[in-house]
Amino acid sequence: MQTVTILGLETSCDETSVAVIRNGKLLSNIISSQIVHEQYGGVVPELASRAHQKLIVPVVNEAMAKAEVRKEELSAVAVAVGPGLMGSLLVGVNFGKAFAYGLGIPFIAVNHMEAHIYSNFIDDPVPQFPSMNLTVSGGHTQLVLLKDEFTYEIVGETKDDAAGEAFDKVAKMLNLGYPGGPQIDIYAKKGNPNAIKFPRPYATENDFHFSFSGIKTSVLYYLRDNKLRDTEIPEQLLADICASFQSSVVDVLVQKTIRAAQQYGVRDIAVAGGVSANSRLRDEMKKAAEKNGLQLFIPKFEYCTDNGAMIAEVGYRKYQRSIFSPINATAIANLEL
Amino acid sequence: MKHIVTHNEEETIQAGEEFSRQLTAGSVVALVGDLGSGKTRFAKGISRGLGVKENVTSPTFTIVNEHPGGRLPLYHFDCYRLRTIAELDEIGYDEYIFGSGVCVLEWADMIEPKLPKQRFDIRCALGADENERIITIEQR
Repeated sequence: MQTVTILGLETSCDETSVAVIRNGKLLSNIISSQIVHEQYGGVVPELASRAHQKLIVPVVNEAMAKAEVRKEELSAVAVAVGPGLMGSLLVGVNFGKAFAYGLGIPFIAVNHMEAHIYSNFIDDPVPQFPSMNLTVSGGHTQLVLLKDEFTYEIVGETKDDAAGEAFDKVAKMLNLGYPGGPQIDIYAKKGNPNAIKFPRPYATENDFHFSFSGIKTSVLYYLRDNKLRDTEIPEQLLADICASFQSSVVDVLVQKTIRAAQQYGVRDIAVAGGVSANSRLRDEMKKAAEKNGLQLFIPKFEYCTDNGAMIAEVGYRKYQRSIFSPINATAIANLEL
Repeated sequence: MKHIVTHNEEETIQAGEEFSRQLTAGSVVALVGDLGSGKTRFAKGISRGLGVKENVTSPTFTIVNEHPGGRLPLYHFDCYRLRTIAELDEIGYDEYIFGSGVCVLEWADMIEPKLPKQRFDIRCALGADENERIITIEQR
């Protein structure tokens, strides 16, 4: 059997991440979380691309060293080319193209959203085709029917804010720091999810689209009406707000995913993206899947947020089908699936 | 100066759609207002008015979304996550602003010194009840 070794690069937002996959087996996955962002309450584009420039070479070296792979052994370089922040994407894309060109091996452009779906295919067991895939992160909320390898149908999308963005913005209203998702998750554990009734937009409608800006606004009105803005919110009330907000987002995500799976007649459902690390989403999706006789797949935490492993996984699959990209391929900030 | 009171999301979108009729190549629209005050809805209305087919979502993640395909190209910015004005150079701000499309900038107050003098200022504010929004339009 021919040995296929793929280097995967991911720089679409605030993570510089590099992974090595050999014959479908992950050998290394280095994620350099850029804690520099925490001070500023959000992803800062310039800082992001500067940090990527500083980190890309050391992170590649570390991923290669950990995998015990020499660069002469690489078969191809796979890179996330979009969607993402332009300045950040370009660092990975330009590095990846130069690296592939220098080694005389193929360059493989990977769609970041497609890669999130394949984060469920890195370790066994993997979903069977067709499957219903929910990708939820700071920048995206998408329900995708994966009909066959690389055959997608977008079943639903957000009409306004991404689910993770709602988490980040509500966390900011509550002065909880960045990233908002994990903070809200922590506080919510001590709170009552039924304490405050926030809306569940489109939850009962027949389509599979999402809207999260209304939930964000409801939290804002709740804080305003109860004179809680820019004040110290009592610990228990803060926990209740977090739990109630989180449960309204999770309810919508779970209901829509289950219904989409039923309507399209698929048995396997998969969740990916940064918000799939949320503990309530994991628990509720698991319960709902079991209740409805569906098989649920959620990746390990390290494959939830942006990571090089999922890029390398798609790269490996494309390599086997000889789907390569020209060396003049470039980054596309709002690339669609 | 023009004041509009809207009573639901659709009315806010319609206000944006109505407003978009006066936009020409190179127009800059500065949107200002609190979280949840209707900025993205108003921008959605502008895109609908320009005839953009695709779904216009919050550009918070990518900072700027390009929507060609309408009567004029639409460049939809979100300055929410910018830390310094210098960071605008990173996304090619000047090329958009001095280009031949329509630039709509959410959280424009964060980049005040970089806004062109000739522009539309749109202020979105929360109204008395949960769905009411007060929109102020001023041409400068």
